[in-house]
Amino acid sequence: MNQQEALFNYLLRLGDTAVIHGHRLSEWCSRGPILEEDLALTNTALDYIGRAEALLKYAADMEGKGRTEDDIVYKRGERHYYNALLVELPRGDYADTVARQLLLSVAEFHLFSALCNSSDTTLAGIAAKSVKEIRYHLSHAKDWCLRFGLGTAESKEKLQAAFNHLWMFTGELFEQLPSDNLLSQAGILPDLSNLKSLWTAMVNDVLTQCSITIPQDGYMQTGGMSKAIHTEHLGHLLSEMQYLQRAYPEATW
Amino acid sequence: MTQDSQLDLWEVFIQSKAGSHHVHAGSVHASDRQMALHNARDIYTRRNEGSSIWVVPANHITASTAEEADMLFDPANDKIYRHPTFYVMPEGAKQI
Repeated sequence: MNQQEALFNYLLRLGDTAVIHGHRLSEWCSRGPILEEDLALTNTALDYIGRAEALLKYAADMEGKGRTEDDIVYKRGERHYYNALLVELPRGDYADTVARQLLLSVAEFHLFSALCNSSDTTLAGIAAKSVKEIRYHLSHAKDWCLRFGLGTAESKEKLQAAFNHLWMFTGELFEQLPSDNLLSQAGILPDLSNLKSLWTAMVNDVLTQCSITIPQDGYMQTGGMSKAIHTEHLGHLLSEMQYLQRAYPEATW
Repeated sequence: MTQDSQLDLWEVFIQSKAGSHHVHAGSVHASDRQMALHNARDIYTRRNEGSSIWVVPANHITASTAEEADMLFDPANDKIYRHPTFYVMPEGAKQI
């Protein structure tokens, strides 16, 4: 694998995670608990889809096979998707949704802050734009974790259950693949060795404030970003997200 | 007033650019200041409308009533001398 292929693969991992998470959030559209939250989540969903568009357009250019970002999103099956497993899990209830957003946003905050220093100016530019969005997502997710954690016995129980359930999918967020070394050597990927410790410190801090018990690190499920092997949920998600292209190939309007 | 099931009501004022007035944009529901600011941001500044937001609890606003309108505003109807229309604008002045 050369550097160009390594970067293509890395961009797919970032872009796929963004588009799948954006789609999961968009499922809340018209189902939010109150109108204000409905809009907040759809705004966030659009941030992710915008980020995915930028990353996957760059990936398509990098690949140089004439594909567009839409081809990449709408014409691949689940065995060609490299998103983190965390984001393909069903959206669950509102506690599941904000817990997942917190775990993801903390990782993204540190990752994209680091990527702002990438020697690849396109990637650094996308990262700089994303960090502003991520800071807001993080603030919104933390706010709701605090409300649930310090709210009623039932809201706390649901939030705790959400963190317990999602925890085994967080290890994948820090996975480095052998091909990433090529990118590190070229300065495209900054040093990310402290990503996990930064994440742990921030997540532990928020969970403690929410009076949530920090789950123990145990078995970590991986395979989405490294091998495109997914949970049973991604295929269903794609069949809905790609419905139009599957039913009416090359449809335009 | 009937009980609102969707949290407290806050009025939202948006400043479109630095130096201009905060203008009333609408209202949001929220349980505290922080949530009110977040909700106002999500609802009223999605299309680049804002550079600053004020949120005010709706029950902190004192409003005049329709019954008072004639007492409060009608007396100003026939006092055209209060408008600065009897001055000659200096040449070249765009606004005073």
